Amino acid sequence: MSADVIHDIGFRHHDGPRLGRAWVVRSLLIETVRGVFGLGRPARSKVMPWALIGILLVPPLVIALSILLTGGNELPVSYTQYPSAMQLVISLFVAGAAPYCVSRDLRNGVMPLYLSRPMMRSDYVLAKLAGLAIALFGVLVATETLLLVGALLAKLPVGEQLAGWGGGLLMVAVLALVLSGISLVIAAFTPRRGLGVAAIITALLVVSGITQMLIAIANEKGYPTLASYLPALDPFALVDGVAVGILGVTPANGLTYPAGALGALVFGSLAVATVGACLAILVRRYRKVGGV
Amino acid sequence: MITHMEPLTADRAPGQLPSGGPAVVVEGLTRTFGPVTALSRLDVSMPQGVVGLVGANGAGKSTLIKILLGLLPPTSGRASVLGMDCATQGLAIRQVVGYMPESECLPPDVSATEFVVHLARMSGLPTEVARERTADTLRHVGLYEERYRPIGGYSTGMKQRVKLAQSLVHDPRLVLLDEPTNGLDPAGRDEMLALIQRISTEFSISVVVTSHLLGELERISDHLVVIENGVLQRSTSTADATQLSGVVLVEVTDGGPELVARLRAAGAQVAEGTGPQVFTVELAGEWVIDAVRDGVADLGTGLVRMQRRRHHLTEIFRPEQEGAHVR
Repeated sequence: MSADVIHDIGFRHHDGPRLGRAWVVRSLLIETVRGVFGLGRPARSKVMPWALIGILLVPPLVIALSILLTGGNELPVSYTQYPSAMQLVISLFVAGAAPYCVSRDLRNGVMPLYLSRPMMRSDYVLAKLAGLAIALFGVLVATETLLLVGALLAKLPVGEQLAGWGGGLLMVAVLALVLSGISLVIAAFTPRRGLGVAAIITALLVVSGITQMLIAIANEKGYPTLASYLPALDPFALVDGVAVGILGVTPANGLTYPAGALGALVFGSLAVATVGACLAILVRRYRKVGGV
Repeated sequence: MITHMEPLTADRAPGQLPSGGPAVVVEGLTRTFGPVTALSRLDVSMPQGVVGLVGANGAGKSTLIKILLGLLPPTSGRASVLGMDCATQGLAIRQVVGYMPESECLPPDVSATEFVVHLARMSGLPTEVARERTADTLRHVGLYEERYRPIGGYSTGMKQRVKLAQSLVHDPRLVLLDEPTNGLDPAGRDEMLALIQRISTEFSISVVVTSHLLGELERISDHLVVIENGVLQRSTSTADATQLSGVVLVEVTDGGPELVARLRAAGAQVAEGTGPQVFTVELAGEWVIDAVRDGVADLGTGLVRMQRRRHHLTEIFRPEQEGAHVR
């Protein structure tokens, strides 16, 4: 009888350290990053993220090959343009990851278990947001770096490429934060996973399409200033606008952004405000959930 | 007042409460949600050991647990857990308190081991310790090879064990168990109750366990607290509550009916028992015992036992409980 076995072993107490909130948040963050890549989860959870990462990593190789063969002297797609070019794939990646990060805990009622531990509700939100942003940043850095490696193999000027790569890193850091914030907010309000995935894809792609349309209309009706500010509605274009304003790089998708310091300021502030607003909404949302 | 309450805390780390100190103290605790009063001026002290918290659904048990975990501020009044104030020391309390929710709370796509290790770290245990303690704790609650399989395939009983394990894995000094026997079949219920008793007696961890069934808590609790509509109905040590009743159970080898007739003739209140040789007699005074002895001696029969019966808590509470909410 198994009960006898239990009895003989005896319960051991823990007299060692009990680590504080910093450790708890860090552990949750690492758990989130691992989970986004399907680590520690069933095999089928690994398929989507790694397939998408694979797709993101192929174009840099093709680009490097094409420069080698045709002998160009610059990348056909710049470091800051690349994320916008791969908008669909990146959107799919986030749409798959964000519901895993938060909807899963909401749907399965895990929140009471977190809340009954030595952490605050906002700690959970911060760890999840940071975890997703870091995972996404990691993926984007890998693609940017592969682009750099390809450019260097094709013997493009080293200094110029390193500068471009640095700018690209800055841009994808902002992009990772903005996309993570938006997609987590959507996921936190859609406990059902499928719904969350669909809602995030819709938000990121449809909004982008509508924005393009509005820009076209504004240009046609003769409001070029308005047209230059409208890209701020689309998360990808917003971050591209920040990069253009601050780094002075060539815009992606042939968009026009407001010129000068004012444009950079407006787009920069909007990006910061988006992340801040998402964080505030998430904290507010989690004040209500997980009633013990 | 406090009996059977000597948890074996002598071997535990210094700086802890003396073993007799109360686990939970609540003074004038009130919590309202708009027009609804969930808890109304609750005054109760729960000793260490196993405390049963009894009340119907909506009686205020969950609200009380939320306040004790420091997750919900009381509208007025004070609550403290292990000497720590719930309103200001929530983090410190949650470091040394475990909680098992009533609701489903397990993700189906991870194994019990992975999930409990994760939650052990969430309680502040370093990774290595979390792994060791998870293996230990899952074994203690009775999960063996199946702990490596995804939780989605577990039975209700196994899931309850995982929920219990996550509340124990960080070696808390007190666990709050919310309806741990919910959804279990009678055998599973008994196993769970035995496990809860061991948490106190063998693991030296104090327990506050809620249920809407008084009968099952009666068996394992050292102390019982009954609340109804947010108002304290009763707080009593189980030993006090089940003190000797005024009834004596008598069993003889033969001649039972004759003895009963004699006693009745002497003016004693006698009730039939489970067989002809077994009956109970109301203990109206010392003379009843003498009458039984004399009767047995006169009839030349053998006396198998004379036993004062204990009250069952269900009997005591029945009049005030039953009508309001049987389940």
